[in-house]
Amino acid sequence: MKQNILTGVLLAVIALLVALPWFAPYFYIFVFTEILILGLFAVSFNLIFGFTGMLSFGHAAYFGMGAYTTAMLLLHLDWPLLYTLVAAMALSGLLALVIGFFCVRLSEVYFAMLTLAFGMMVFTIAHSWRDVTNGSDGIAGFRISEFGLGLDLVMGNPAVYYHVTLAIVVIAALVLYVISRSSFGLILKAIRQNPERVAFCGLNVRSYRLASFVIAGIFAGLAGALMAPFLRVASPELMHWSLSAEPVLMSILGGTGYFMGPFVGAALFVLLETWITSYTGAWMLFLGIVLALMVMFFRKGVLGTFLDWWMNKND
Amino acid sequence: MILEVNDIHTYYGESLALQGLSFSVNEGETVCLLGRNGAGKSTTLKSIIGLTPPRKGSIVFAGDTISGKPAHRIARLGIGYVPEDRRIFPGLSVRENLEVAEYRRSGEAPAWTVERIFDEYPMLAELAGQDGDTLSGGQQQMLTVARSLMIQPRLLLLDEPNEGLAPVIVQQIGRLIDELSQSTTMVFTDQSVQFALKHAQRAFILERGKVVHEATSENLRNDPDTQERYLSVA
Repeated sequence: MKQNILTGVLLAVIALLVALPWFAPYFYIFVFTEILILGLFAVSFNLIFGFTGMLSFGHAAYFGMGAYTTAMLLLHLDWPLLYTLVAAMALSGLLALVIGFFCVRLSEVYFAMLTLAFGMMVFTIAHSWRDVTNGSDGIAGFRISEFGLGLDLVMGNPAVYYHVTLAIVVIAALVLYVISRSSFGLILKAIRQNPERVAFCGLNVRSYRLASFVIAGIFAGLAGALMAPFLRVASPELMHWSLSAEPVLMSILGGTGYFMGPFVGAALFVLLETWITSYTGAWMLFLGIVLALMVMFFRKGVLGTFLDWWMNKND
Repeated sequence: MILEVNDIHTYYGESLALQGLSFSVNEGETVCLLGRNGAGKSTTLKSIIGLTPPRKGSIVFAGDTISGKPAHRIARLGIGYVPEDRRIFPGLSVRENLEVAEYRRSGEAPAWTVERIFDEYPMLAELAGQDGDTLSGGQQQMLTVARSLMIQPRLLLLDEPNEGLAPVIVQQIGRLIDELSQSTTMVFTDQSVQFALKHAQRAFILERGKVVHEATSENLRNDPDTQERYLSVA
């Protein structure tokens, strides 16, 4: 019963998001495009954090990799957007495979530090390899001539780009949801609770950790690939470790225990940032206070706290 | 011979926990490792499953040398392990706890499935949807043993299955061991001579990381001197 209500609410939210360009101020099309992209970024991160229990501080590397891939393919080869997204996912996954190969050998704080170290390296390469990446200016000046699949979409129109983003994010989230509910997802949850006991069940913990790391990298790459055309630039900031902190904050804000938690966190994060910065530049101070309160009193995040309360009501 | 432990030396940090320990188990047998606290019973099981690999010596399981292999490979070969802390996955339901370990060798119908576990242990079926951390100690122990069956073990290792459990539960665990011993080879450790003699066919007594005495349960029962010498008869 309650499960049905939740599904209904989710469908209503998606319907509202589809209709958004027809009733919301123009400005909010941009805000919600960003929410969707960062939401996907955060959900991909939560696959390794909330599910497998590994805190990565280098997740922006894959986001940035996706952004650069799309930007360069659009600029140099004028590929349809859809193909660049697929390429971005493949390259980000490959990068995650290489970095993850080393990182998943370590646990806890050492894992976190190594992901941070690799993230810094990738950032530095993007920043310094001027011939390819154009340094701190980044890759700009590209345009999307077509979406692909023969669809005649005016990609330069922000409302169209918003709808494309919405469709892709919903599909990607569905895929991630199916993965998280599969027996593979169950094993990831078991690994978070006790990796040793998972080994006694005859499962290679390291391979499962690596697989979740790569899947998270692939979807972070997809998010980044959607970000570059939105910002009209792929710059090293998209790989910076401060951006790696955002999915951590969003996941904690929304709640790591529920699949949709990071999406809710991303929405709160971007909306609060938008509203508070229109009054004061001290947005980080407010964010800090909110996060401190969450971590101290509402560990399960906004969505997690609400759902736990609501699910247990009347029981 | 399904398991041969040959002269293994295992370190715990820098201290030598097992100092040339050897024993072997025949297929179908139920064997108990006895000994006082710190004699090396748990470390022996941990060495077999690959948690504390021996630095010297070898362990052969069904013809394969398993010493030096990682734990998950050893488990895959068919060794189920129920650790001393007997913990389950607390945030997963009883059914999910079993599903994590679900394993099918290709081309073989698995002997143990979630359905069969629920058939044979209706108590677990009743708890199927409940989270692991809501279970009592005895229920958790049942679940851990059941989970170890899901890997289709040819050999089951149980580390102190009775520790911290109420006497009535200990009886249940005893019955469980008796039932499982019909189909599976088993090695368990225990501090209680009575329990061991009742449920095992042979016993090895450990002291300071070595096997110091080997006897059938029959013989050990009639040998109060040995019991007195190596075991605290509580």
